[in-house]
Amino acid sequence: MDLSDASQIVLIGGGQAAAQAVQSLRMGGYTGKLVLVGDEPALPYQRPPLSKAYMKGEFAEERLFFKPAAWYEDNGVELILSTRATKIDRAAQIVELEHGAMLNYDALILCTGSRPRPLPAKGSDLENVFDLRGLADVDRIQPNMVSGRRLVIIGAGYIGLEAAAVARQMGLEVTVLEMAERVLARVTSPTMSAFYEKEHRSQGATILTGARLDHLEGEGGKVSAAVLADGTKLPADIVLVGIGILPNIELAKDAGLTIDNGIATDRDARTSDPRIFAAGDCASRPLIHYGHAGRLESVHNAIEQGKLAAAAILGKPRPPEDCPWFWSDQYDLKLQIAGLNQGHDEIVVRGNPDDRKFAVFYLRNGTLIAVDAVNSPPEFLASKKLIMTGAKIAPDMLKDTSISMKDIAAAAATA
Amino acid sequence: MPKITYIDHDGTERTVEAKNGESVMEAAIKNSIPGIDADCGGACACATCHVYVDNAFMDKVGEQQEMEKSMLDFAENVQENSRLSCQITVSDELDGLRVTTPESQH
Repeated sequence: MDLSDASQIVLIGGGQAAAQAVQSLRMGGYTGKLVLVGDEPALPYQRPPLSKAYMKGEFAEERLFFKPAAWYEDNGVELILSTRATKIDRAAQIVELEHGAMLNYDALILCTGSRPRPLPAKGSDLENVFDLRGLADVDRIQPNMVSGRRLVIIGAGYIGLEAAAVARQMGLEVTVLEMAERVLARVTSPTMSAFYEKEHRSQGATILTGARLDHLEGEGGKVSAAVLADGTKLPADIVLVGIGILPNIELAKDAGLTIDNGIATDRDARTSDPRIFAAGDCASRPLIHYGHAGRLESVHNAIEQGKLAAAAILGKPRPPEDCPWFWSDQYDLKLQIAGLNQGHDEIVVRGNPDDRKFAVFYLRNGTLIAVDAVNSPPEFLASKKLIMTGAKIAPDMLKDTSISMKDIAAAAATA
Repeated sequence: MPKITYIDHDGTERTVEAKNGESVMEAAIKNSIPGIDADCGGACACATCHVYVDNAFMDKVGEQQEMEKSMLDFAENVQENSRLSCQITVSDELDGLRVTTPESQH
């Protein structure tokens, strides 16, 4: 469906995907009305620094914003903030907002994002128990980030571990609880998990794996301890919950759009309704380098789908679909991940984890499908390209640090 | 406020007022300068904010750190004056800085 003559485009959500789509629409020459509806009070902002530099107080709030307020005025983008969209009437092409306002659309982009998975334990509603998702969360957490306080983090995913690193650097006593047998169990290999466990322990954090939380205890309404299933009681001044996210699909689902873990989209970020697009954490998309669909929770994915949606609406050629990638900063370790490692049948480690500079490659049938690179940009950047070509790479070569990644990439290209 | 001029690969110049303390990348993004993607938002994680620094300013933009060096090593069309603009901090000393953006960041 050609939507290039749309007179009003509405975006629901104010995160990375929405910010990108707005920018791409205007830069792409769209001159009609643009309305962005967001349920947070802040201008659209980037989330990655929230669990890193911003949490540490090293990053001014205004630097989080993608664009200053004046940009939206100058570019004719109407921002409706602190407002939830409550319903999509597809037949009438109308979005209903809380407080009763209605917005017509010729094209609609759903960038509804995700929300923290709620902690299914007694005491999760106590004071000083926090999620870590939005700016408001971190603004509530930050006054509690005081040296000597006891912080218990529930969940050893990227968010939990990044927060643990920040808290240790700020002098808090940190304990991380993880239900699985190792940290980052859902996303990475045992080699990487072992490396990060060791790193956090050497930085003074306590990492408890295979640890099941039973409930949180409070005193005077404030959290005072985390109690494990085996009865262990961990005193706590603050508890951070980082046990994953749930995509915000309800609006789309209620409107009858196809859902497949996330809001199902095609390669152009178009949902089952040709006038409606979805981008970012909330959307499930064809992962063309992997031959299946999936929902990716990453900045790269949000940016790319924002661009795809804008291009499709404007009838422009489809922007490139790059290799998925992701990063995480903990202490002075920069982890850069390219590709998706699910389904690997071989793991190759390049370098020595003890040097705090190494990479773990994931192969399937001799083809590189993903890499986790710690303080190793060449391994990350070369792999990003190699993954897309689907070239076969000899594991012995990957392992050999005397051969540069450039030479490995060149050899793979001619193989 | 220091002025920075961004020149795109076909020669179009755009001058913006930057703020001390922000990066040359941030000043570009906030002013919608084309040719700088900066997907990671300044974490030195993506190498999509590559610029060529005017030679007159090469000694004022600061030294490259190891991470930036190895990121740039894999960028396309790298030159002697290549930098990642997220790693250059704006200061009064950089008033008048001119940087050119490459044809592609990928």
